[in-house]
Amino acid sequence: MKVVLENLTKKFPNRNKKEHGEVTAVDNFNFEIPDGKLIGLLGPSGCGKSTTLNLICGLQKPTAGKIYFGEDDVTDLPVENRGVGLVFQNYALYPHLTVRQNIRFPLENLRGKDKMTNDEMNAKALEIAKLVQIDGLMDRKPSELSGGQQQRVAIARALVKMPRVLLLDEPLSNLDARLRLQTREEIRRIQHETGITTVFVTHDQDEAMSISDMIVVMKDGVVQQIGKPQQVYDDPVNLFVAKFLGTPPINVFRGVVRGGKLYIGDAAVLDVSGAEDREVWVGIRPEGFIPAADGALVCKLSGVEVMGRDISIVSAHADSENEVIRSIVSAENAVDITAASVHFSLKPNKVFLFDRADETRIPVSAQ
Amino acid sequence: MENNSRKAWLYLAPAILFLGIFMVYPLIDVFIYSFEEGYNSASQTFFGVGGYNYSYVLHDPYFLQAVKNTFILVIITVPLSTGIALLISLGLNAIKPLRNFFQTVYFLPYVTNTLAVGLVFMILFKKTAYSDGLVNLFISFFGGGTVDFIDGPYWAKMFVLCFYTVWVVMPFKILILTSALASVKEDYYNAARIDGTSRFRIFYKITLPMISPMIFYLVITGFIGAFKAYSDAVALFGTDLNAAGMNTIVGYVYDMLYGDSGGYPSYASAAAIILFAIVLTITCINLIISKKHVHY
Repeated sequence: MKVVLENLTKKFPNRNKKEHGEVTAVDNFNFEIPDGKLIGLLGPSGCGKSTTLNLICGLQKPTAGKIYFGEDDVTDLPVENRGVGLVFQNYALYPHLTVRQNIRFPLENLRGKDKMTNDEMNAKALEIAKLVQIDGLMDRKPSELSGGQQQRVAIARALVKMPRVLLLDEPLSNLDARLRLQTREEIRRIQHETGITTVFVTHDQDEAMSISDMIVVMKDGVVQQIGKPQQVYDDPVNLFVAKFLGTPPINVFRGVVRGGKLYIGDAAVLDVSGAEDREVWVGIRPEGFIPAADGALVCKLSGVEVMGRDISIVSAHADSENEVIRSIVSAENAVDITAASVHFSLKPNKVFLFDRADETRIPVSAQ
Repeated sequence: MENNSRKAWLYLAPAILFLGIFMVYPLIDVFIYSFEEGYNSASQTFFGVGGYNYSYVLHDPYFLQAVKNTFILVIITVPLSTGIALLISLGLNAIKPLRNFFQTVYFLPYVTNTLAVGLVFMILFKKTAYSDGLVNLFISFFGGGTVDFIDGPYWAKMFVLCFYTVWVVMPFKILILTSALASVKEDYYNAARIDGTSRFRIFYKITLPMISPMIFYLVITGFIGAFKAYSDAVALFGTDLNAAGMNTIVGYVYDMLYGDSGGYPSYASAAAIILFAIVLTITCINLIISKKHVHY
């Protein structure tokens, strides 16, 4: 089931009564979610990603715009008729019911021609429980389960009635780091097996990048960029997106384009033929640095962090916006940690230029 | 280990001391009095030991009337007040504007003096030579015959007593239930709505189990409170409850001690022990039932 969001807008009345006007949580959102894909809605808190999820789900009504599931206009359809499954951030499992009863709950609501017998419901619940691998825990109460197990039960409950769209609100935020890795693979697997169009919300770019078919980066209710994770990472449209994606984060420098060359400080670090002379932000991905004795960019060396396969060179530069510059290089590069400075040459495709004023990307080909 | 348990006893000592002196000892004492025939608290003498006090009390028509009154009061008011309080709480929980105002209004009876409220009820219901009372005016306006609710037939008096009791215990129950309802997380309701759960099923399958510990608490304390009713009856019908036929078990105990027929601590003790046994039995039944229906 593809999901189409058309000029979707949600405004809330301002909480502060002295200030009139409205707060726009989601601003003119246009997106067609292809059938059977896993979509990550990504952004800092307060960017409108949860509101978008609630709009798709039907718990909130949009101020303007339309939502289509396939060809059906569901904009005015109440939440119970939309056929969506939602996994809540805190799971919202009914504490007084067992795992089986929790998973069966949506089935017990079915009426008319969809009404199921007791045996059918148990069989269906067991089938879904097997899919999420909790079939051994059916008679436990939620309080007797670990966080990861509760998460699976919540997914099972959302999946059991075969929703048209599965929505997950910060699905991994309540799990510890190790479980988070495991569960995100699990979500990916379950989504693949069921083929249900899935939208999930997260503020963790790692999470979104690793399992999504496509990611939507949002800021202040406005969609910044939509695309495949790698594509958004390699080709950010503005400084916000570039900063938001990637760990360690992108390194931002104040730079100047002069005579077809990009300067950071006094050093001409790259050729940018065809670009007009102007002041720019220079974003350099951590993996864009190559330690080289004749490198143009000279940074003050603060230390080296060993990560096994790679090493992270921590340095500083007067024109850097970040307090420290982190660059990831292969451990095979020998770096003299006693030296006062480190010289880098740059990989052109890992360097992005942004307008100093509105922070949009400047399309130039660097060499 | 030895040292620890000594410490534990030390910390427990104040509580044990006070509970022992002011609760356990009197309870045992009352139990003993109830078997001492003709006990006189002034001379500390009695004639003999046996079950005569119980036999007397259980054959006393006033006591049987009091037991009957108390049971009717309990059976009618506890479910009724809890049920109405739940309905009002659900209503309060559903409205947004003026919620605080209504909560205050519903809570007012709780901070009002019982006897003063009783007086108001008497004025509302009493029929005198000069006035039929407000309620009777209302009844006759709709074409009904007037009834003296305070000095009239038994059912009318019982109606007023139950009405009054329900009204008096309501605020506390509403207070407890509104806070219990407010503590049920919105996510549960949203989850249920997404799954297409009907309103009735949401209430029955989610709301009710989630607030069941509070309802259970109210039922237990409601039973105990209603079994111990006394001041309500006095507020409405005066101190001579036996004559009005509206005595309660606690009223009977009081009368045996201090009333016109007073000076019989042995009978009073026996009646008190019987009441204790009744309350204990009912509470145990409640606990057994709650095992199945209350979710903590």
